[in-house]
Amino acid sequence: MLSSVLTLSFVAAVLTSTAPVALAALGGALCGRAGVFNIALEGQVLWACFAAVVVAAWTGSVWLGVLAAVVTTTLLASVLAVGSVRWHADPIIVAVGVNLLALGLTGFLLRSLLGASGTYAPPGLPGLPDLALLRGVPVLGPLLSGQSVLVPVALLLPLAAAWWLARTPAGLRLRGVGDHPAAAASLGVPVTRYQQATVHVAGALCGLAGAQLALGNVTAFTENMTAGRGWVAVAAVMLAVNRPVGVLLACLLFGAAEAWGFRLQGIGLPQQLTDAAPYLVTLVVLVVVRARRSSRQGAPA
Amino acid sequence: MSAAPDSPAPPATLRPADRLRLAAPQAVVPLGAVLVALAVGAVVMLAAGVDPVRGYDAMVRGALGVSSIDFSVAAFTAILAMSLAFAVPARMGEYNLGGDGQLCVGGIAAAVVALHLPLPAPLLLPACLLAAVVAGALLAALSAPLTTRARVPVIISTLLLSTPAVALTSYLVRFPLADRGSGVPQTPRFPDAAHLPALPGTQYTNLGLLLVLLVLVAVVVVDGRTPLGFELRAVGANRRFAAYGGVSVPGLTLGALASAGAVAGLAGAVVVMTQPFRFVDGALTAPGYTFAGIAAALLAGGRPALLPLTAALFTVLQVGSTGMERDIDLPRQLGQVLQAVVILVLALRTVALTATARRARRRAPERS
Repeated sequence: MLSSVLTLSFVAAVLTSTAPVALAALGGALCGRAGVFNIALEGQVLWACFAAVVVAAWTGSVWLGVLAAVVTTTLLASVLAVGSVRWHADPIIVAVGVNLLALGLTGFLLRSLLGASGTYAPPGLPGLPDLALLRGVPVLGPLLSGQSVLVPVALLLPLAAAWWLARTPAGLRLRGVGDHPAAAASLGVPVTRYQQATVHVAGALCGLAGAQLALGNVTAFTENMTAGRGWVAVAAVMLAVNRPVGVLLACLLFGAAEAWGFRLQGIGLPQQLTDAAPYLVTLVVLVVVRARRSSRQGAPA
Repeated sequence: MSAAPDSPAPPATLRPADRLRLAAPQAVVPLGAVLVALAVGAVVMLAAGVDPVRGYDAMVRGALGVSSIDFSVAAFTAILAMSLAFAVPARMGEYNLGGDGQLCVGGIAAAVVALHLPLPAPLLLPACLLAAVVAGALLAALSAPLTTRARVPVIISTLLLSTPAVALTSYLVRFPLADRGSGVPQTPRFPDAAHLPALPGTQYTNLGLLLVLLVLVAVVVVDGRTPLGFELRAVGANRRFAAYGGVSVPGLTLGALASAGAVAGLAGAVVVMTQPFRFVDGALTAPGYTFAGIAAALLAGGRPALLPLTAALFTVLQVGSTGMERDIDLPRQLGQVLQAVVILVLALRTVALTATARRARRRAPERS
């Protein structure tokens, strides 16, 4: 009995760790499907964390915080959308600039606007409400009742996206835009409009990811609090070759590694080592899967 | 990086004024990027209620004032090295974003040798540097087979390796290598034989600057004057064609990444073997040498000889913004914001090309 509760609580911790990464990675996967290489996820999620916390603290409303994170991060995504899609700028350099801008701007505003250094968690900062109504339900209760309402959203959105990509005309067009832009254009699909819209949607998803990270996983903004999660999301996108459900599975792997790390910290392992584990696990799995895939396909490209 | 085309060299008979005129269009974009960044900085300062003139004055004094120039040169050394660590693989179209990890393993390797290898004094200093170079090179070289065999892009693998590498050094400094008794996570002070000799009259400016300048000269020569440099650029311009022409892409990737990691590792050793002669946790990553180096490399475009100039500019931004924080209480992250703006303006200069193309299409509608 005790062991089953422990296991369920571990799975719950995995879901918590997975949620923000899965939301960002879903954005990256949609961009990949549309043929845009989006590695600005890290900076966008970091900005979203900041916007969510600041607006939630100022208004006292957690939902206004979430809304602000989604809206402003979608705006931030315009830099990549317009720059790399319409102006044909190098998406990698644009993303490096966006990531650095988010890091610098959040750090700057944290000090100059909020007068905080390092961490901002004012008393009364509201967190996302949890799913308390599930408390009595077997299995689902222990798994989800302590989670924020965005966690099931993060777990279900990839499934919805997979269905949308496979079953709807718009999804088909999006895949066409990524697979063969010239062919899609010849059939009358507005290629750049699809690509720009997708990058904006990814921005909105990063907004949700940041809101979950800063108002769900914890209730605070800390300088550089994403700490590489956006890059893990990029790795998950590559691992699953842009398939939303695969991306979710890859993110669960990262979440498991992070939750396991927290457990090891609990029994006295230094935090510096357990923090490193999720990144190494992600990289090792990425390498193994990609190496097997390319050897199956024959010569490496 | 590869987007900046090298224009044919003007004939030697041109007058200096004509040479300037011919070079002008190439200089417009980088200069414009810097000016835009400074303008954005001024707007940010105004928004924060600071007179931009006072802000930039504090920045310049913070970097180039009599009391700070010595430290600025040390920061310049690290930023120049990190710009090389980004620029060399970028020549072949690979982006090394794992500079922080390579810096840290270099620093920690130097620290381990300095503190725990019983070597005679004259050998200790070169041994520290060598260990740092090897450690940085090994970490960066890991990414080469990952991209050539497993097709994991260098930009991803260098970053994903960097976070654990930084965390590992942080662990080592806090536990096995820690200076017990000091409240700060740091190693004990290195023995005198592992201190880089400072140049006369300085505290921070030392042999490390000369070593990094030597590496710069080597990179400029190899890049511009040797078949190896040509192969690197050929792969950057067209990977498949270069491979078809007989260039070994896997070998070249390994070499370029190992060299990049070696310079970064050297930078790590130089920083820890300077005042206060310890590996202090966070001292290598907090100043943001890696991204300042990346910005400097992007600003220099495909011209390694310009790296000292652009690295100097970003040193002023970096060190100056720390001085600005001290003097007029404006957060030093402004320096990062300005770097980001420079990178974005450089990347988005393609808007001009797009506009030109659109105008050309409009002028000749009958052809489309």
